[in-house]
Amino acid sequence: MAQGAQKIVFRPLNLARCIIWSGFALLLLVLPLFFNKGFALTLMCQIGTIMIFSLSFNMLLGQSGMLSLGHAVYSGLGAYFAIHMLNLIGKGWLFPVSLLPLVGGLAGALFGVLFGYVTTKKSGTPFAMITLGIGELVFAMSLMFPEFFGGEGGVSSNRIAGEPLFGFITFGPQIQVYYLVAVWLFICTAAMYAFTHTPLGRIANAVRDNPERVEFIGYETQRVRYLVLIISGFFAGIAGGLGAINFEIVSSENVSAIRSGTVLLFTFIGGVPFFFGPMIGAVIFGFFIVVLATITKAWLLYLGLFFVMMVMYCPGGIATLIMMQFPIVKAGRFREIFPSYCLAVAAGLTLLAALVFAVEMIYHLSLEAAAGTTKAFFGYDVEVASATPWLGVALLSGIGAVLFVAARRGISTHWDRIMGDIIRSQTA
Amino acid sequence: MEFFLISLLNGVSYGLLLFMLSSGLTLIFSMMGVLNFAHASFYMLGAYFAYQISVKFGFWPALLMAPLVVGVLGALVERFMLRRVHKFGHVPELLLTFGLAYLIEEFVHLIWGRSSLDYKVPTEMDGPLFTLYTTTFPMYRGFMMLVAVLMLLAIFLVLTRTRIGLVIQASLTHPDTVEALGHNVPRVFMLVFGGGCALAGLAGVIGGNAFVTEPGMAAAVGSIVFVVAVVGGMGSLAGAFVASLLIGVIQTFAVAMDYSFVTLLKSAGFVITPDTFLYSLWKLTIAQTAPILPYLFLVLILIFRPRGLMGTREG
Amino acid sequence: MNAPAPMPVIAAALELRAVRKSFGVTEIIRGVDLAITKGERHAVIGPNGAGKSTLFNLISGRFGVSTGAILLNGGDLAGLKPFEINRKGLARSFQITNIFANLSVFENIRCAVLYPLGYKYSFWKALSTLKDANLRADEILELIGLKKRRDVKAGLLTYAEQRALEIGITIAGGAEVILLDEPTAGMSRSESDQAVELIRKVTVGKTLVMVEHDMSVVFSLADRISVLVYGEVIATDVPEKIRGNAAVQEAYLGTSLAEGAH
Repeated sequence: MAQGAQKIVFRPLNLARCIIWSGFALLLLVLPLFFNKGFALTLMCQIGTIMIFSLSFNMLLGQSGMLSLGHAVYSGLGAYFAIHMLNLIGKGWLFPVSLLPLVGGLAGALFGVLFGYVTTKKSGTPFAMITLGIGELVFAMSLMFPEFFGGEGGVSSNRIAGEPLFGFITFGPQIQVYYLVAVWLFICTAAMYAFTHTPLGRIANAVRDNPERVEFIGYETQRVRYLVLIISGFFAGIAGGLGAINFEIVSSENVSAIRSGTVLLFTFIGGVPFFFGPMIGAVIFGFFIVVLATITKAWLLYLGLFFVMMVMYCPGGIATLIMMQFPIVKAGRFREIFPSYCLAVAAGLTLLAALVFAVEMIYHLSLEAAAGTTKAFFGYDVEVASATPWLGVALLSGIGAVLFVAARRGISTHWDRIMGDIIRSQTA
Repeated sequence: MEFFLISLLNGVSYGLLLFMLSSGLTLIFSMMGVLNFAHASFYMLGAYFAYQISVKFGFWPALLMAPLVVGVLGALVERFMLRRVHKFGHVPELLLTFGLAYLIEEFVHLIWGRSSLDYKVPTEMDGPLFTLYTTTFPMYRGFMMLVAVLMLLAIFLVLTRTRIGLVIQASLTHPDTVEALGHNVPRVFMLVFGGGCALAGLAGVIGGNAFVTEPGMAAAVGSIVFVVAVVGGMGSLAGAFVASLLIGVIQTFAVAMDYSFVTLLKSAGFVITPDTFLYSLWKLTIAQTAPILPYLFLVLILIFRPRGLMGTREG
Repeated sequence: MNAPAPMPVIAAALELRAVRKSFGVTEIIRGVDLAITKGERHAVIGPNGAGKSTLFNLISGRFGVSTGAILLNGGDLAGLKPFEINRKGLARSFQITNIFANLSVFENIRCAVLYPLGYKYSFWKALSTLKDANLRADEILELIGLKKRRDVKAGLLTYAEQRALEIGITIAGGAEVILLDEPTAGMSRSESDQAVELIRKVTVGKTLVMVEHDMSVVFSLADRISVLVYGEVIATDVPEKIRGNAAVQEAYLGTSLAEGAH
């Protein structure tokens, strides 16, 4: 599942890497040309922020083998410090709004120093439980000290404060916030990527693979975990600061277990074994939270199902699914396996349709029963209480299952044959 | 005195409920190394199933059937989901149960809606058990304690008097050896996971009507139960028992105490006004800090006794 | 007391003084005294369950001793953690292969050279610019014969290759005292012959202590041999004398000694 994750490139500057990074910068630059509606811009700002957040989370999970269930503590507290700073700027303090994420980052690192001292005493499952406990602690405290945390309503602010950057950038228009997020995203992504190529970053990988052995090559695993956690807290705090600017409000929800759980879910779905996996996860996050959540009340159920399916059948996430195709594409044989993939997609869509129909009808019965038993599906009225739609669901599931079995067989035979050929050609 | 005794009784009954949850969690963890994140969700399912069954057949059949259903569900989860990811290691297992907790909550939303259920204490138990000075102690609380103690007794007997119990006990301390001795470990796993979930379900049946049956009930106790497991010492049943009672009692007492530094310092002759530095800290009453006490306790234990109260394994 | 002042002795590279270790009521190591001089190749042999691996775990800091002392170059190791002992110049390998399975072969070795070269927990230097670390890692790869497998994930190596990598990780840090725990376990004859050559090559000028079952390996490598039986060293001597030692023969070696003598 993790093959190729640590392919090292000895040349500090190579062509492929240059192309990828400038492509990334270019993409960030031109995206607003295509998505310039207010809604799309806000969404992209949010996704950018989540990208930094989930990359920082994966610094722990994917790179150091630490499963944190309370990572929102660092981004949330960073956000609180940033928004208080923003309010101070509004009162006349001299500090550029564009550097607010740095305030969040420093706060995140500071709390990393504080909480990490306790949490990184443990590893593995106990670490996960303790981070959960710390998360609950901070969340409960956020409701206890309304002077700092703003109680139920949170702390709000106005990002148009202080001197405009270069005389005209006030961060009032959303597009300016977008470019602020984009710049910080680019810097943070580059910095976090660079981190994976430093002594500490590499030893963190070693700690993930085999903590015991690391102790016998001169490293104290606890200190490795502690340092990585502080650095990760720093980047999480930056994400929090950007979020504070974007939304102009920070509430206790920012430090909640829900937030911590969300970043875990999407990072994992995106793909933990690869550096860029969490970025894919962040894009999927945008889809789920914004698109799906507006269409259906059951979106959390779909998310949960999606996640459980990924854990069971594809623990490497979407990124791994993509990277697994590289050797085949490189060998020029993607065409052979492509029809089976299409079949798999068809099977998936059919099963999904069956699931969606069933779930939405049950939801309709339990939650909207007062509105009668008919439900509108894509313009058609469906009588939920009758047998016909349920027979339809059964039929769809049946077809989907048959397709699925066929697709699975096709993929595995093609896959085994092609990979076998590739390995033979390498060893020959 | 009256306050003290009643709070103690309430604290112990809450603690015993926590133990019903944490015992299953601890058993599962020490046997399989799996931290069942969905444990509190099975507790919730216990309450919801009990409600559904009690509407049709009454409370007593529900007391028996709901835990069984939850237990079977747990066994199925182990057999068809957990076992699949077992080979990937403990983190994917934890993640799976994490996703499961999500799913169960949404499943509850889907079937029973988002508001709390009218799951009532059975009428024959809906009265006072005894009156202490002026406060009455409800009969149902007494029943809760009785069930918890019976369960404790049952666990003890199963663990010490049966073959499967001995295997489980051995696995608590020497999981590798047990496997090496050729026991059908996967089946034991399924049994333990199902059994642990059934215990959680039982806790749900009697906790659901004592407190409240709503979709948020899993999240409300979930993290406390983890705290109990860590504070008691990962994998120690005795530790879980002590920690459950301790946290139950501490929290119950704290909720009832309206003292703060302001009152304390006032009795010492200092006056604290809203202008005093860090006023918001001084004016907090113990009751207000009740929600964070278990977590503070957790942090302190980790700093001063990382093994937990009675744990033997260094995590 | 007017006894003459003791002669200044050359401090042993590794010295064990009356070392005991109990797990619960069971005493596994029952008073071991051992002095290994600098540059010596020392083998510890003994029947299964004699406590050889436990002895290694005590020396390397995995467990603490119950009583007694372990000295590295004259310095007491009491209470030190494995990483502290490693920093003092002692490295060990493991009987069960213990590598970083998801990292490449090169990365495995490079991880082991980082701390001794002073890069410690640095997160402000790029690995690719650390010329000395990269050079040293490549040298070690050459030495252990895994240069061709440089960029392969360590988990995908063959068993013999993983054992070589295990030794590579152990020696990469440049420790003066090397502990090898059954380096040839599970190898075929030709593989273990190669392993012996490898060990000979990489431990030149170093102090080597090894636990080994294969007598031909022991007799071809060791300068001196200690025989550990039920937690006690019943003999320490040069190979020829060990071979002739009646107590040793009786306690443990039996016929396998004759085989090893070929």
